[in-house]
Amino acid sequence: MAVATRPAPAAAVLEEKEMLISGSEAVAEALTLADIDVVTAYPIRPYDTVMQAIAKKIANGKLVAEYIVAEGEHSQFEIVKHASTVGARVFCGSSGVGWMYAMEAITVTPALRVPMIALVGNRALDDPGAFGVEHNDALSVRDLGWLLCWIDTSQEAFDTTLIAYRVAEDRRIFLPIAISADGAFLTHSQSLTRVPPKEWVDTFLPPYRRGDLLLHPDNPITVAPQVNEDWVIEIRRQNNAATERAYTVIEEAYADFRRIFGRGPENPWFEEYMTEDAEIILMGMGTLSLPVKVAIRKMREDGKKVGLIRLRWFRPFPHEQLTRALRRAKAIGVIDRDYSFGSPFGSGVVATEVRAALYNAEHRPPLIGFICGLGGREVTLEDVYKLTDICYAAAKAGRAERGTYWLGVRE
Amino acid sequence: MAEATIFANQTQTLEPFKGVKKVTIEEYFSSGHRTCQGCESALVMKLMVKAAGPRTIVLGSTGCMYVANTTYYSTPWVVPWMHTQLGSSGSAALGTAAGLKALMKKGKMKAEPINVIAFCGDGGGADMGLGAISATLTHKEYNSLILLYDNESYANTDIQLSGLTPYGAHTTFSPPGTVKRIIHTRWKKNVAGMLAAGHPECRYVATVCASYAVEMMNRVRKALTIPGPTFIHSLDPCPKGWDYDPMLSHELGELAIETGIFPLYEVEDGVVKYYGKTKAIVDGRKRKPVREYLLKQGRFAHFTEEDLAYFQAKVDEMWEKWEMPGVVAFRKQPGAVPSVN
Ligand SMILES: Cc1ncc(C[n+]2csc(CCOP(=O)(O)OP(=O)(O)O)c2C)c(N)n1
Ligand code: SF4
Repeated sequence: MAVATRPAPAAAVLEEKEMLISGSEAVAEALTLADIDVVTAYPIRPYDTVMQAIAKKIANGKLVAEYIVAEGEHSQFEIVKHASTVGARVFCGSSGVGWMYAMEAITVTPALRVPMIALVGNRALDDPGAFGVEHNDALSVRDLGWLLCWIDTSQEAFDTTLIAYRVAEDRRIFLPIAISADGAFLTHSQSLTRVPPKEWVDTFLPPYRRGDLLLHPDNPITVAPQVNEDWVIEIRRQNNAATERAYTVIEEAYADFRRIFGRGPENPWFEEYMTEDAEIILMGMGTLSLPVKVAIRKMREDGKKVGLIRLRWFRPFPHEQLTRALRRAKAIGVIDRDYSFGSPFGSGVVATEVRAALYNAEHRPPLIGFICGLGGREVTLEDVYKLTDICYAAAKAGRAERGTYWLGVRE
Repeated sequence: MAEATIFANQTQTLEPFKGVKKVTIEEYFSSGHRTCQGCESALVMKLMVKAAGPRTIVLGSTGCMYVANTTYYSTPWVVPWMHTQLGSSGSAALGTAAGLKALMKKGKMKAEPINVIAFCGDGGGADMGLGAISATLTHKEYNSLILLYDNESYANTDIQLSGLTPYGAHTTFSPPGTVKRIIHTRWKKNVAGMLAAGHPECRYVATVCASYAVEMMNRVRKALTIPGPTFIHSLDPCPKGWDYDPMLSHELGELAIETGIFPLYEVEDGVVKYYGKTKAIVDGRKRKPVREYLLKQGRFAHFTEEDLAYFQAKVDEMWEKWEMPGVVAFRKQPGAVPSVN
């Protein structure tokens, strides 16, 4: 696809600056450079920190955008959905029950091919009232046609936001993307982040063009007419085809990101940590990676060959890439910061997906699910040692004794 | 950028039609819909967009005017049209207006006034979507019109009562029975009055009835010429939901006004102005008895004399005891000088 919108200026003049910012602030930096046009806000912790950051940008003239404080999350999502259909680049988001309150509006967005970007500051679903992280809020859009990814650091928050617009607004895709950020652990925690000059961002991210789908008096189309039963299946299939094309488009976007910014992962789909020779591969999403990596380093000192795969993209699900990466493992431990009551083996959502992905694989090591760190509870090194031991036992026996373990639960 | 700056809050210039012969012949809501015979709401759509003209975007929330009008392959809309969720007419108007404004302001789109009209039924507008409409009416920097077409029921889902269904009406959720003759005992909400009173910076709120087509279109034109968000409530006879012969649609609209059940007024910059037959009533003309209106409709066939008397008394109260007849439901302070007339 055509990318270059302006000639790239001499690299010597322009360079990235380094900032100590939180995940939410990093998203706001990216939104400013992406020059979003309409943004809506509604308070709920922890996602609201991104709106506070954007509000400051707007107040200080760093970003020119229509900034609308809505009267609820449903309206928040509906407002940006409609703004996007007339050609505006838009953003909004939510957390926990706020995300669920917007669900009807969230549901219709992919079917309308609205390439909006939303942030889910992951939060447990009330009741009981809880502010800590759980992934069930974001996972609720799993089957709705949204693309869905998880971020781990402020840098990844910044980079992924730009990449998300690039992917979503690609005419081959035109689907919304939800970026998931662990509540507090990422939304509120600062880390050093490299922020590139606007010129580089402009080269990476072309302007949003709705083309023949633009709602405008010069293009008098009818959007979302009432279709009878005999058309729904075709529409769903078109959405599915767009999702499938995302495998290619996402890889292209990351390659281009590396070309223009000179950094970024080779593998968009997941981060691999010490997996080359790993006997046990642990898997998870988001900021979980920090305690797991520390635990792995300690276990390596004891001669245990443990590695980590941290999933970045959950929709589309990188099943082929994963199958390849898991080829050598003797056992797999999937750590879910979510739950799926009554699912096969009482697993979390990620464990169920990985199991399904491996079904056609030649090598199918035992897979054990771990429900861990719900409601923002800390995932401790002890937890990781314990679950690794369970994985080793399964590796030795050649089969998992149980499908799922809940860890760190008060008995 | 200069052009974009000038645009700011500019609306279209739309002079009122001076008489029926001056109405433009172009249609922007044409053939291809499949509403019931005698559907006044469909007429409201046609007149609304005729009044607005071609530089218009229409957004429609779920209901008869979506399902029965905009069927894939046979859209009647000549202007761009988009569906919005049942409770989202307010958000749709706001989002569309904000999108256009942002793009024009930033020079990403040609700056020109484009009408943004979102419509909703009484169910979507007066119940579920009321919060979003209210919010939109406080955003004075975005030009839009929200038109609530009131067929007095959730018609599309097979005639269920809404917050705007008249007292006692027979709907599929309020069937008269042997033990309970009247299930729907709530009085209709006063949506236009409430929205006008509660949103001091919304510069225009009006009620209309398509039985008076030219007057109705001129209210739409005025709403679109006034900057900021505006709101219009139209009362639309619905042969299916109200259970009458479709040829009576216009007559029933007239009767709703003449009996004083649905007053016609506009609130412009905080000033209330009655118009048409309603103005005559305010000026002293006798109201027709409500029974003339109610007994023409099957949905009130189970009414007894007592029910008719109750209905009449409630309407009388609205005219005689309200601070502003039919508009502001506060009781007049005893002994105080009435603020209107
Ligand atoms: C959130 C939601 N709840 C329920 C429905 C089902 N539904 C579709 S149309 C409709 C009736 C809408 O009534 P109203 O707004 O009065 O419009 P009318 O059908 O009378 O034109 C309902 C309840 C829906 N589409 N969305
Ligand atoms: S049910 Fe009523 S509102 Fe719906 S199409 Fe028929 S007449 Fe019109």
